[in-house]
Amino acid sequence: MIDVMYFAWVRERIGVPSERIETSAPTVAALVDELKAREERYAAAFEDVSALRVALDQELTDFDASLEGVREVAFFPPMTGG
Amino acid sequence: MQVRVQTEPFDAGAELNAFTAATSGAGAVVSFSGIVRDVDGGLQEMEIEHYPGMTEKAIAKITEEAVTRWSLVDALVIHRHGTLHVGTPIMMVATAAPHRVDAFAAAEFLMDYLKSRAPFWKKELTASGADWVAARDEDEDALRRW
Repeated sequence: MIDVMYFAWVRERIGVPSERIETSAPTVAALVDELKAREERYAAAFEDVSALRVALDQELTDFDASLEGVREVAFFPPMTGG
Repeated sequence: MQVRVQTEPFDAGAELNAFTAATSGAGAVVSFSGIVRDVDGGLQEMEIEHYPGMTEKAIAKITEEAVTRWSLVDALVIHRHGTLHVGTPIMMVATAAPHRVDAFAAAEFLMDYLKSRAPFWKKELTASGADWVAARDEDEDALRRW
């Protein structure tokens, strides 16, 4: 089980801020493919992953990163702080 | 070093005075405040979403790096989230160092990193609707100079 969180327009497109998912996806990219195959709203949110960022256990990383031992995955658009 | 992530407004002048008063051994204090700016069509309000937990960790990491790299005496970062109105403060940074060059550089470094690496997302509400603010390529490019 893994906690998946969504922020900003990714959250709005998917319709929930977070969910717990049963997955055996080895990498972030594989998890994204699984989600996209689920429902149209995921396919819409993940249509262009170059427009997205991902954090594993609250650390920014890449889409080819391994999910081994990871508890929390977060997807969001590029940050606009400051 | 102080990092605060909060919904409440703050008084940048009072924060700066308190920061300066608590700093000993610094010959230079530099501060920057970001204010909610009006937009074409009139900004009704700004919503800032963040990632609780990651936000505090990411800012602490960036701030620790600034303190080490420029041998700062102290550093302060305050960043708001929630509903903000035009003319009110969004965030501030303050850096204290023995000399001004380091205080300025560290403040700029902190600002560049807070813009693109701290998990905040701004949404602008105007009469024509609500729009997420898009990240700018220049902001990402600004990180390369460090």
